[in-house]
Amino acid sequence: MAKYGEIALKGLNRSNFEDLLVKNIRRRLDKLGKYDVTRRQSTIYIIPVDENSDLDAAVKKVSHVFGIAAVQRSAVLPKDMNEIIKQSVPYLKDTLERARSFKVEAKRADKTFPFTSPQIQQELGGALSDAYPHLVTDVHNPDVTVLVEIRDKGAYVNAEKITAVGGMPVGSNGNALLLLSGGIDSPVAAYMMAKRGLRVDAIHFQSPPYTSERALMKVETLCEKLTEYCGSIRFYCVPFTEIQEALRDNCDNDYFTVIMRRLMLKIANTICERSHCSALITGESVGQVASQTLAAIACTDKAANYPVLRPLVGMDKKEIVETARKIDTFETSILPYEDCCTVFTPKHPKTKPLIEDVLKEEAKFDFEPLIKKAIEGITIKDFKI
Amino acid sequence: MIYLDNAATTKPCSEAAEAAVKCASRCFGNPSSLHHMGVEAEKAITSAKKTLLNRLGKEGEIFFTSGATESNNMAIFGIAEAMKRRGNRIVTTDIEHPSVSEPMKKLSERGFDVISLKPKDHTDLERAIIDAVDEKTILISFMAVNNEIGFIIDTKKVYHGVKRKNPYCAVHVDGVQGFCKLPLYGDTISLSGHKIHCFKGIGALYKNKDTRLLPMAFGGGQQGGLRSGTEPVELAAAFEAAVKAYPENVTVFSALRHRLTGHLEGLNRIIINSPENGIDNILNFSVLGVRSEIMLHFLEEKGIYVSSGSACSKGKIGSAPDAFGISAERADSAVRVSFCRNNTEKEIDILAEALEEGIKRFRR
Repeated sequence: MAKYGEIALKGLNRSNFEDLLVKNIRRRLDKLGKYDVTRRQSTIYIIPVDENSDLDAAVKKVSHVFGIAAVQRSAVLPKDMNEIIKQSVPYLKDTLERARSFKVEAKRADKTFPFTSPQIQQELGGALSDAYPHLVTDVHNPDVTVLVEIRDKGAYVNAEKITAVGGMPVGSNGNALLLLSGGIDSPVAAYMMAKRGLRVDAIHFQSPPYTSERALMKVETLCEKLTEYCGSIRFYCVPFTEIQEALRDNCDNDYFTVIMRRLMLKIANTICERSHCSALITGESVGQVASQTLAAIACTDKAANYPVLRPLVGMDKKEIVETARKIDTFETSILPYEDCCTVFTPKHPKTKPLIEDVLKEEAKFDFEPLIKKAIEGITIKDFKI
Repeated sequence: MIYLDNAATTKPCSEAAEAAVKCASRCFGNPSSLHHMGVEAEKAITSAKKTLLNRLGKEGEIFFTSGATESNNMAIFGIAEAMKRRGNRIVTTDIEHPSVSEPMKKLSERGFDVISLKPKDHTDLERAIIDAVDEKTILISFMAVNNEIGFIIDTKKVYHGVKRKNPYCAVHVDGVQGFCKLPLYGDTISLSGHKIHCFKGIGALYKNKDTRLLPMAFGGGQQGGLRSGTEPVELAAAFEAAVKAYPENVTVFSALRHRLTGHLEGLNRIIINSPENGIDNILNFSVLGVRSEIMLHFLEEKGIYVSSGSACSKGKIGSAPDAFGISAERADSAVRVSFCRNNTEKEIDILAEALEEGIKRFRR
């Protein structure tokens, strides 16, 4: 059973969000087996059709779907009070042994059930107390709430609530294009924006022979890992070598990084339009590296035709790394294959560039033909969930 | 495709492949089995061992292993353990492969006194190794040919010099790059299949009959209990075939080296890192001003495969360049070209042209 959080606030649009969420869950579970996914009253019920389904895997998968606040596992028991008691006791063992206090809550959707809700609560509560004598009954603030729902198909008994990723269903708030490097930050940025309901595509800039095949493979691995949370991702790979060489040969080296990032955004503008995205996403944070001072960000920002979302802008490196570990991208990001952001890094980058100076340097060479050529040379790869 | 990274690995020759397939179809028994299939498999192993001994020009024992790394570990830990009551001093060099230097690090941690010599400190390295041996020295370990630049250590000189000084000191030689290319002298010698056109995953350790070695891995007691595990029959057959197919004298190496050095002389700011009297099939040179990984990828775009030792690449820089007196800047732009018997002068010409193009494009 999956419960959603913010969607509950969405008023009239709510059923659209809910439908999208159900659709996303169905897609995610598709490869794991046959599941029946339905929604009723702010809860989504995911029922395995096969006897041998790996429910642990399904729970994990569903807890990674944005839009879901919590996931609960339930046992579906026969609608017989004796059976409910008999089977609940062992089923709830792990959860109850770790708890100090509990209470039982019962709901009856099926009013023909011979026991009333209070009676169910009493009977089951008593039996659980006997079975787990260390437990104290606490109706106000228990560690664990055992929920019994008597529905048409059976009695649902559950206890453990797993916190899911929260957020909004992917695709519910539009599409965005992420500038993906091989570093720690950009994958985390993707996660954070997908969490807010954006469907994310990715654009990457490679510069062979300065960057290697392995560096590209590393980025593709990151993309694949991101699909676990972001859903399917279309990956655009831009041949950037000529542009970087032209930049190195014609413009003051100290402005290299700023101008390079501006050119990347210009290319990203075009792809953003083509892929019907409404925003760009980068992993920029303030102060982490020389190119990420406010002044530098202000200069690069001016090259973008779309809002540039920078979800990491207020985060410390430590927090970013923690998230990267959580979403399993950290180990891949730290593999030592250079991406084009670090090739040609100037020794003395301009930390406080003035836009007039940047534009002046940039104007020393006409990048338009090379930009066009790079866009024409883009290769596309789809990473599906 | 022009493959010039033969010091890293070589293409398996058809003789090796055929021998393996033949063995896999007809002679695939377990040598420890009592029945005929086992007997035939054992014969195949025995024959392969004999061929290797013949090639080495030695009598003694051959143990098949999973590769030279295992052979080096087997010899170094096996001898140290067997001889530790006699003494605790070990002599080695700073230019060894990690499969020697890492065991040496471990032995040092365990309390052995490990002395490591740098070629740049000694004009006569063989003499220095011999001089470093005393009555407490139980083992010396050195490579006959250094894989990075082709530097040669005269195993005959060292072997006889050490034995005269201390007959109980065991001499272990890493013969990976030297096997089939030079004569090798040692009490134990590591050999590698995939450097001589056999498959990866098979190597051997030669051992003098009198040298004591304790096993480090335990199991079914095969190969005299010194290397437990079912003998790799098919791979040993392939190794045997590869050795038989390797000519006694590969004359093309010196011609190729000569041609390449000739081309390099025509280019600017190239430093040859390999010694003049180094092995003919390895030539390491620095293209100053171009980082070696960039040159490597540029060459691979043209279908030419070489090796680099630059710091940023997957093949990290070891301590070897420094031990040879090669500066970090030189090491960072070092390219290693290594030939096999099938390379041609035309391929060298194409390489040279590509290098020139690369220099024009990337040199700063």
